[in-house]
Amino acid sequence: MFKKVSLEKIVEHRQQWRRVFQKSISIIPERLKRFSTVSDRPIQNLYTPLDIQDLDYTNDIGFPGLYPFTRGVQPSMYRGRLWTMRMFAGLGSARDTNKRFHFLVNEGQTGLSTAFDMPTLMGYDTESPKARGECGRCGVAIDTLKDMEMLFEGLPIDKITTSMTINPPAAVLWAMYIVMAEKWGISRRVIGGTIQNDMLKEFIAQKTFMCPPKPSMRLIADTIEFGTKEVPQWNPVSISGYHIREAGSTAVQELAFTLADGIAYVEALLERGLDVDSFAPRLSFFFNSHLDFFEEICKFRAARRMWAKIMRERFKAKDPRSLWLRFHTQTAGCSLTAQQPYNNVVRTALEALAAVLGGTQSLHTNSLDEVLALPSEEAATIALRTQQIIAEESGVAHTIDPLGGSYLVERLTKEMEEEAFEYIKKIDDMGGMVAAIENNYPQMEIADAAYKYQIQIDNGEKTVVGVNKYITEEVLPVEILQIEAELEKQQIEWTDQIKNSRDNSKVKETLEKVGEAAQGDENLMPFIIDSVKEYATEQEICDVFRDVFGVYQDPGTY
Amino acid sequence: MAKPGLDGHDRGARIIARAYRDAGFEVVYSGLHQTPEEIVQAAIQEDVDMIGLSSLAGAHMYLFPRVVEFLKEKGADDIVVCGGGIFPEEDIPKLKEVGIKEVFTPGTPLTEIVKWVVDNVEPRS
Repeated sequence: MFKKVSLEKIVEHRQQWRRVFQKSISIIPERLKRFSTVSDRPIQNLYTPLDIQDLDYTNDIGFPGLYPFTRGVQPSMYRGRLWTMRMFAGLGSARDTNKRFHFLVNEGQTGLSTAFDMPTLMGYDTESPKARGECGRCGVAIDTLKDMEMLFEGLPIDKITTSMTINPPAAVLWAMYIVMAEKWGISRRVIGGTIQNDMLKEFIAQKTFMCPPKPSMRLIADTIEFGTKEVPQWNPVSISGYHIREAGSTAVQELAFTLADGIAYVEALLERGLDVDSFAPRLSFFFNSHLDFFEEICKFRAARRMWAKIMRERFKAKDPRSLWLRFHTQTAGCSLTAQQPYNNVVRTALEALAAVLGGTQSLHTNSLDEVLALPSEEAATIALRTQQIIAEESGVAHTIDPLGGSYLVERLTKEMEEEAFEYIKKIDDMGGMVAAIENNYPQMEIADAAYKYQIQIDNGEKTVVGVNKYITEEVLPVEILQIEAELEKQQIEWTDQIKNSRDNSKVKETLEKVGEAAQGDENLMPFIIDSVKEYATEQEICDVFRDVFGVYQDPGTY
Repeated sequence: MAKPGLDGHDRGARIIARAYRDAGFEVVYSGLHQTPEEIVQAAIQEDVDMIGLSSLAGAHMYLFPRVVEFLKEKGADDIVVCGGGIFPEEDIPKLKEVGIKEVFTPGTPLTEIVKWVVDNVEPRS
C-alpha cells in the first residue's frame, strides 16, 4: 500500500522514535506490564504504515458496497439510511409487551424486537410443569396465535420490521406471525423481519434447546427454504455471535464460531440441491459489541470481509447480495455491572459507538438496569436516546467507515481475520460445526476463555469499574420492574379458554400432519402454519417435534 | 452445582464449578434445565454436602424454595443450599428466610465464594 522509498523513510524515523520512547519510559515507566484487549489480545504501543504494508487497498479494504465489503455493505451506508434502532423488549403478558412496543415506537425506535419468556423460548406452554414460576419473567409469554395477535395489535407491521429472538420453536412463532399478518390483510410477501432460528449457537452458548443437532438443522433448513420462496423480505435466520460472546468467548472466537455456523447452514441448504444465490442473500447475522472499542470495530470489519470471501471463494456465490454480511448488534449485557448501575449508560454508549463505527445495520442498546431485571420504561428510553445522540448529534454517521485506514484498525482487522480463519479450518478438519459441537469443542474453548477472564478480573489484571476498582458502598438507587406472580395463573386460564373454544378435532388432525411430515422429508412450514391457524398451542406443536426427533440433553461439562 | 428451571445462562455456574474443582472440591454439575425434584434427587444420590443454585432468569423465588422443601421432604435438609445469580435486592432476605444459607450476587470474587464454603460448610456425617 506504500511506496518502498517511503517505507524505508518510515523505518528510519521509527528508529528515532524508539530511542526517544525508551528514554521517555525510563523516566515515566509504562502504566501496565502488558497492554491487552478485553479478549487478552496484546496491543502494541504504536501502529504505523509498517504494520499494514502487506495490505492491498483495493483487494483488502476497498470501497463500501463493493467486494470485499470491509468498509460496509451499502455504498452510501448511514448517509442514505441510519441503522435500524431496534430495542429488544418483552415482559409479562402479550398486552404488557404490546404497550411497551407502542411506547418505544412513539419514542422513535424504528424496528421491533421481541423477547420471549423461558417457557416460550423452550417450546413449552405456560401450563407445563416445566414452566412453573417462569411465566413472563424474562420476556413475553406466548402460547397461541391469540397471544401473537395481542402482541402486535395496532402496530404497523406492513411498514416496520420485526425481529423475534426465538430458536428451537422458531418455525412455530414465525408461523403465528405469518398467519396473524394474513388475517390482517398483509401478504406474507410484504412482511419484513427476522427470526433468530440459529440452533448451532444454542448448543454452543445460549442453551435453549429442544431436539438434537441434526434434526434441528433440518428444521432450520426447512424455514430458510420456505422463507426464500414464500416470505422473501424475511431473514429466516440470524446467525448469532452475541450469545457466544456473552457465554465468555473472546472476540475472535465469536467471529470464528459464528461464521463457522453460517458455513454449516449454507452447506445444509446446498445438500438439498438449492442454488446458493437463491437463499444466501437472506442470511443475516447478529454480533455482540463488547467494551474493547477498537477490537470490536475490527471484529465487525473482519466479519464482513471474511463472509464475502467465504461466499465467493468457497461457495461460488455470484449475486453480490449473497456476499453481504448484514448484521444486528446488541451491546454486551455481560459487560454491565450491578454495582453503580448508572455507569452502565456510559458502557453502553461506548459499545453502541463501536457498533456504529463497525457498520451495523441494526442496533439494540442495553438499559442500565438490565443487570438487575427487565428494563423499566425510563431506563429503556435512555438506552434508545443513546442511539439517537450517536446518530444525530455526534457526527460519526456523516462519513462512511471513518476509521478505515487507521494503522491500528486495519492491522487488527487483518490479525483477527487470520486467527478466525485458523479456527474455521480446525472446525472443518473436525468435520464441520455439527461434529465440533458433538465433540464439545466450541463449548470448552469458550469455557476456558470465560474462566481465564474471570481470574483476570479477580486478580485485578482487568479492571471493572465499581467491581474490582473504585468501589463505593451503596444502596442500589434504581427502581426495577417486577413481574406479578398472578400473571402465570391468568395466562394458564386464558390459554385454557382458547383450547375450549377451538375445533379440537381440527387441531388434532393438523398436528398429526405435522408429525407425518416430520417423519418424512417434506417442508414442515406449511403444516405448522395449518396447525397454528387452528390455535394449536406452541407446546402442542413442539411436542410433536420432541416425539419424532427426540430431546437434546445438556452434556453438563465445565 | 445446579441450574434449576429453564434458564440457559450457565457461564457463572460453570465458572464456579471450575473454581471449586481447582480449590480441591469434588464437584458434580447438574447440567441445564433441571427441576427442583431432579436436583434434590441427584444431590442425595451423589451424597453432596452442599448445593449451589444458579439463576439469572427471574424464577428464583419459585425454584429455590422448592429445592429446600424437597430436601426437607426427603430428610436431607442437612445439605446446605446457597444461591448465586441476578436477584432484586429485596428478594435476598426472603431467600435467606426460606433456608438459602447464602446468596452471591454479580461481582463476587471466586476466592470469596470458595472461602465461604470452607468456613461455613461441614461435611455431612
